[in-house]
Amino acid sequence: MDCNGYRQENHDQNLFPKPKVLVLEPPPVFIYHEDKLSQKFHFLKAWDSPLPLDQFLTTHAHSVQAILSHGSCPVTTNTIRLLPSLGLIVTTSAGLDQIDLQECRRRGVSVAYAGSLFSADVADIAVGLLIDALRKISAGNRYVTQGLWANNGDFSLGSKLGGRKVGIVGLGSIGLEVGKRLEPFGCNILYCSRNKKSSVSYPYYSNVCELAANCEVLIICCELNEQTRHVINKEVLLALGKKGLIINVGRGAIIDEQEMVRCLMQGEIAGAGLDVFENEPHVPSELISLDNVVLSPHRAVHTEETLMALVDLVIGNLEAFFSNKPLLSPVLLDK
Amino acid sequence: MKSIGVLMTCPMHKYLEQQLETHFNLFKLWHCNSSITEFLKTHQGNTIRAVVGDTNIGVDAELIASFPNLEIVASYSVGLDKIDLRKCEEKGIRVANTPDVLTDDVADLAIGLILGVLRRICASDVYVRIGKWKDADFGLATKFSGKSVGIVGLGRIGTAIAKRAEAFGCSISYFSRSQKPFANYKFYSNIIDLATSCQILIVACALTEETRHIIDREVIDALGPKGILINIGRGAHVDETELVSALLEGRLGGAGLDVYENEPEVPEELLGLGNVVLQPHVGSDTVETSDAMADLVISNLKAHFSNKPLLTPVI
Repeated sequence: MDCNGYRQENHDQNLFPKPKVLVLEPPPVFIYHEDKLSQKFHFLKAWDSPLPLDQFLTTHAHSVQAILSHGSCPVTTNTIRLLPSLGLIVTTSAGLDQIDLQECRRRGVSVAYAGSLFSADVADIAVGLLIDALRKISAGNRYVTQGLWANNGDFSLGSKLGGRKVGIVGLGSIGLEVGKRLEPFGCNILYCSRNKKSSVSYPYYSNVCELAANCEVLIICCELNEQTRHVINKEVLLALGKKGLIINVGRGAIIDEQEMVRCLMQGEIAGAGLDVFENEPHVPSELISLDNVVLSPHRAVHTEETLMALVDLVIGNLEAFFSNKPLLSPVLLDK
Repeated sequence: MKSIGVLMTCPMHKYLEQQLETHFNLFKLWHCNSSITEFLKTHQGNTIRAVVGDTNIGVDAELIASFPNLEIVASYSVGLDKIDLRKCEEKGIRVANTPDVLTDDVADLAIGLILGVLRRICASDVYVRIGKWKDADFGLATKFSGKSVGIVGLGRIGTAIAKRAEAFGCSISYFSRSQKPFANYKFYSNIIDLATSCQILIVACALTEETRHIIDREVIDALGPKGILINIGRGAHVDETELVSALLEGRLGGAGLDVYENEPEVPEELLGLGNVVLQPHVGSDTVETSDAMADLVISNLKAHFSNKPLLTPVI
């Protein structure tokens, strides 16, 4: 850039400084698209600083109006309290369990999230994990790549998807997309949710255990909160039964992981497809040893297309906030 | 019917074997090294009135000639490429197969392969199993929903695949011998045009002389570096050498294969590729469907030997 350009940019910066946004830990969208984001905003990178977090926050307290967060990065009561000028938290996740929403409500801090941007991608992975688990696609792929087909003959039989009763736990945006995709496969869709949805004709169950007892596949699509933590427990898994499969694209902690591992090891359920775990990136070693389990490293939304759309959504929400316009994807906090 | 001689060409499914043993006088060709000559050394060719073959070992002219009293071929498959249909017709031999019962399973596998390749489900499963997730995130995949899907052959299986892909918001187009009047999808009379227009190309047609190597270098190049090829038809539909070089050179984005030109051999170069998902010809290999196919084979044989109409006749 020549001198004139440099001076112009510097001049512009002083007249119209880029809004400051605090980032505690870099979200994936940051890792892939920092350039695009940095064109519009000046990021205060807490993880990059030698200062301990509290000190970093106190140092920048007066200039921080917005935080950019992501699904596994907690925005705690303490953090919010150290930032008196905070007006917005933008999270790149659809889940909100990592943010102290009560404190946000109390302080009048707005929250913007990914909304239903991810729903198609998450539903796609849920269906992909289900077909894989039933038809042993990953296991079959290993069979071929390890040279076993030529030496050991035919691979073992899988199980048919058509005609199965599939129970969706949580019929929000993601759950609905899952149901829609599974219908032409000949699946019978059932669900349980906080409330019955009058717009769908799927049979409704008011509790997960009853749902599990009436289906052969459980797909976890709900959010993690106080009511759903470990809602998939021993009782539910046993109700699901020896031919049952569980697919989790919600949060690891919705399932009692230890209990699920025990059930899988002892054949109390037939298999699982998991994108999330209680203690990521740790995956119980027993699961690694099983052929009837498909393991995915929490990447239900990690597609190039969705990440691009997410960058635009994050920029859109931040721009709206800094120009006092309505957020594009606000979380409704008045519950 | 217990005296009727039925020859099974190779091991296919234990339940089918048991049912054939129960209802007929079953001969197993593989007990004689799968060789007709060996078989005829110890058994009279006249005894065999029915043959049950599959996609592995079918019913060719040599086999037909060896069994002068052969009346019916009941194939444990829907594909007929391993049966000498002309010879059967010439000799007045009935042929039956197993359509419809396996349509869903094959279509399900096609979608499973698409998701396995595009969303890299198989590759990321390996990633977790070898402990790499602890070190680094896996990386990005490609979205499936909303993509353009092209189907080669809009028969029962092709239609079933289209219905499933539609639910993912995909646009569907197809290439077929002739346009299907009741299909609401875009028809291409030229397979190159189809491959150019879509991102995911699925082979779902029957293997005939016209469709051998229908997926050649030209089609693969038209599909392109962001395209993926899914083959749930027959290995011979695809010029396998061209497919391998296209994948190695990055001229094709990825592939999901259930069938190969020379099963169970799979080109070694494909084994290590992260953008390829390989299945050991399992399109209809579920417990439920294997049993249903077996039941259909038995029902066709029983119908024939009771002078009743075949349930699923080909000839």
